[in-house]
Amino acid sequence: MSSPQHARPAPVGGPLFNTTTFVCGVLIALMAAILFARFLFGLGAVTNLNDGYPWGIWVVVDVVIGSAFACGGFSVALLVYIFNKGQYHPLVRPALLASLFGYTLAGVGVIFDIGRWWNFWHIFWPAYSNPHSVMFEVAVCISAYILVMWLEFSPVFFEKFGMRDAKKKLNKVLFFLIALGTLLPMMHQSSLGTLLVVMGTQVYPLWQTPIVPLLYLLSAITIGYGVVLFESCVAASAYRRQIETRLLEPLARIMLGILSVFLLVRFGDLAVRGVLGHAFAPTLKALMFWLETLSFAAPWLLIGSLTARRNPARLFLAGVAIMLGGILLRLNGFLIGYDTGPGWSYFPSVGELLVTFGMFAIEVLGYIIFTRRFPVLPRAEAAH
Amino acid sequence: MANTQLIALERDERIAAAAGRLSLTRREFLQFCAALATTLGLPPGADAAVAEAVATKRRPSVIWLHFQECTGCTESLLRAEHPTLEKLILDVISLDYHETLLAAAGHQAEAARLAAMAENKGQYILVIEGAIPTRNDGIYCKVGGKTALELTHECAADAAMVIAIGSCASWGGMPSTDPNPTGAKGVAEVLGKPVVTIPGCPPNPYNFLATVVHLLTFGKLPEVDHLGRPRFAYSRLIHENCERRAHFDAGRFAMEFGDAGHRQGYCLYKLGCKGPETYANCSVIMFGDAGAGTWPVACGHPCIGCTEQGVGFHKPIHSLAKLKSIQPSVFLPRIVEEQGSGASLGAAALLAAVAGAAVGAGAMLTRNLGLSHQAEELEKAKQNPAQADASTEV
Repeated sequence: MSSPQHARPAPVGGPLFNTTTFVCGVLIALMAAILFARFLFGLGAVTNLNDGYPWGIWVVVDVVIGSAFACGGFSVALLVYIFNKGQYHPLVRPALLASLFGYTLAGVGVIFDIGRWWNFWHIFWPAYSNPHSVMFEVAVCISAYILVMWLEFSPVFFEKFGMRDAKKKLNKVLFFLIALGTLLPMMHQSSLGTLLVVMGTQVYPLWQTPIVPLLYLLSAITIGYGVVLFESCVAASAYRRQIETRLLEPLARIMLGILSVFLLVRFGDLAVRGVLGHAFAPTLKALMFWLETLSFAAPWLLIGSLTARRNPARLFLAGVAIMLGGILLRLNGFLIGYDTGPGWSYFPSVGELLVTFGMFAIEVLGYIIFTRRFPVLPRAEAAH
Repeated sequence: MANTQLIALERDERIAAAAGRLSLTRREFLQFCAALATTLGLPPGADAAVAEAVATKRRPSVIWLHFQECTGCTESLLRAEHPTLEKLILDVISLDYHETLLAAAGHQAEAARLAAMAENKGQYILVIEGAIPTRNDGIYCKVGGKTALELTHECAADAAMVIAIGSCASWGGMPSTDPNPTGAKGVAEVLGKPVVTIPGCPPNPYNFLATVVHLLTFGKLPEVDHLGRPRFAYSRLIHENCERRAHFDAGRFAMEFGDAGHRQGYCLYKLGCKGPETYANCSVIMFGDAGAGTWPVACGHPCIGCTEQGVGFHKPIHSLAKLKSIQPSVFLPRIVEEQGSGASLGAAALLAAVAGAAVGAGAMLTRNLGLSHQAEELEKAKQNPAQADASTEV
């Protein structure tokens, strides 16, 4: 099972209608209703956005955090194709699938947040676009990556519908797509951090640093592995399959390695800039900083030893902790540690929350449908 | 136009004499004449013609009648803060009959009117201030035993021209407001022929003065529109040159007196400003003669449309004006931006519920994973006791 030749993916099968998909469907319907109102009556009718906080959770959670969660495909591809660790190949397709959904929804989610959404195509139109803007880099790069990922994932469809010729032709250029697929996320995941640099002193010193692009990139790669741990455990548990502990254990070790680099850079930067004092002030921001740091440090406690890494419960918790750290890093930078002046405040409205939940529901539902009907997960060796 | 070269008036004694009569320096006098020529929208060189005319022309005889009015038009002429305005008016015209200013009284005053009319038959200018009551043969307004109707017809018969000053004389103005008990009408309607009208409540004194000076300089009245209003003053909407216009275009409106937008000088359209449907030059030459920024809209009050029949004294002050030339954009910012009101109970509860559900699901999943792992390890330990280690913990 550890060699790519033997890990032929297959559809899981089973019913598409169950409690989980039903709940997802309800959440998606709620989202659709709210988006209908949003596109008809504008952002003000649905969201709590204001001039001080022009970005709410639709951008910070759906796009910034959502795309970071979608880095599983990128992180695993980096490992398999760039560092040539072929044994992780069975993890590629499920990770890529999660990435595909995450990124596609992030790309679509941006449109929800654009006030004059009918002008969204301007950013791609040479006469309108501004190539010197960070947003332009993020927008074009993410769009390109979404396209590349669908192409990367298309062998799944070719296999499903028996299009051998098409698959053969694609295989010839797949190496190029895979290379692009590892380059593009590096570009825009760091640029998502650059968005914070652009905001200048409005961002609290604990999250405002010239190296924030590096922090975002490192954390995105780490989160990518964390998501793979999370997703493998949840999928195995939900589909009652064998957990690929033999793959996840060394993966978790790699994750810890990158995580320690991240933490070194994070605290090194805080120390060099001399802003660690802010972390000890009795403020909400300091509390959030420590929650974030604890989340990033927790995997060391949870899966620091080899025996602990063999325990799927601990791998799952470590994945959750990493994801929580990633959420907090981005939430702290973009919303909690973001202050545009006295009087401004923001907390998402019920409508905004429901849309964000609906987005995640689409991801879950899509994942279920794809894994049940398309050859994504490795063929279960010993289904029990 | 006699003279179009200011330089030709360089050492003109008559100019110096006129300046002296008006207690002005020669330079101030020429500047004033140039400003008048500009107000009239005249071409370059007209300043010299105006200066020469004011300094030399024989003063036309003016008979000024008051009917249903408040004397505000006269007051605005006389109370003008500009040091020379009333002097200039009295210098360029021979005011032979004016009930407010006349030293004479009673029959003596009426005799002066009749004498001036006889002396300048067909030459004098008749200025009428105030509306003319027509119901019940106009018995609601009498001067010297004659009704306003009779006086109007009598004086207009031999006048060289008739000027209706103020909104009341122009179309009936305030006295003609519904239900108009006295049947008040404007001069043109009573005489049955068009006259020059200088509407306004009160009208800008410069518009009257410029009209008279035009007559003095060129021997004829300035070009007028279909309502008899001189085009130089009434051809453009107040809105077109309003200093608050940029706020209108940007969608920044005062919503009530004293609110944040009102204090910042935003557009008064939503307070009922009639600038968008009122033709007058108030926004260009200001009003009240007290320097820049002193006209109603600049002072923070919406224009009431006093120069426009069917707007002033007709529409409620705070009803919206009919936009004649331009509509405001539909993409407008708010006057006071909402700053956010923190978490609502529903949003906080929803977020907490979902977070709780996620934590619960995660805990259950962890427990199940741990239990199955424990079972697996136990199985392994049974098969191969040597490999059993401390990894069975959850």
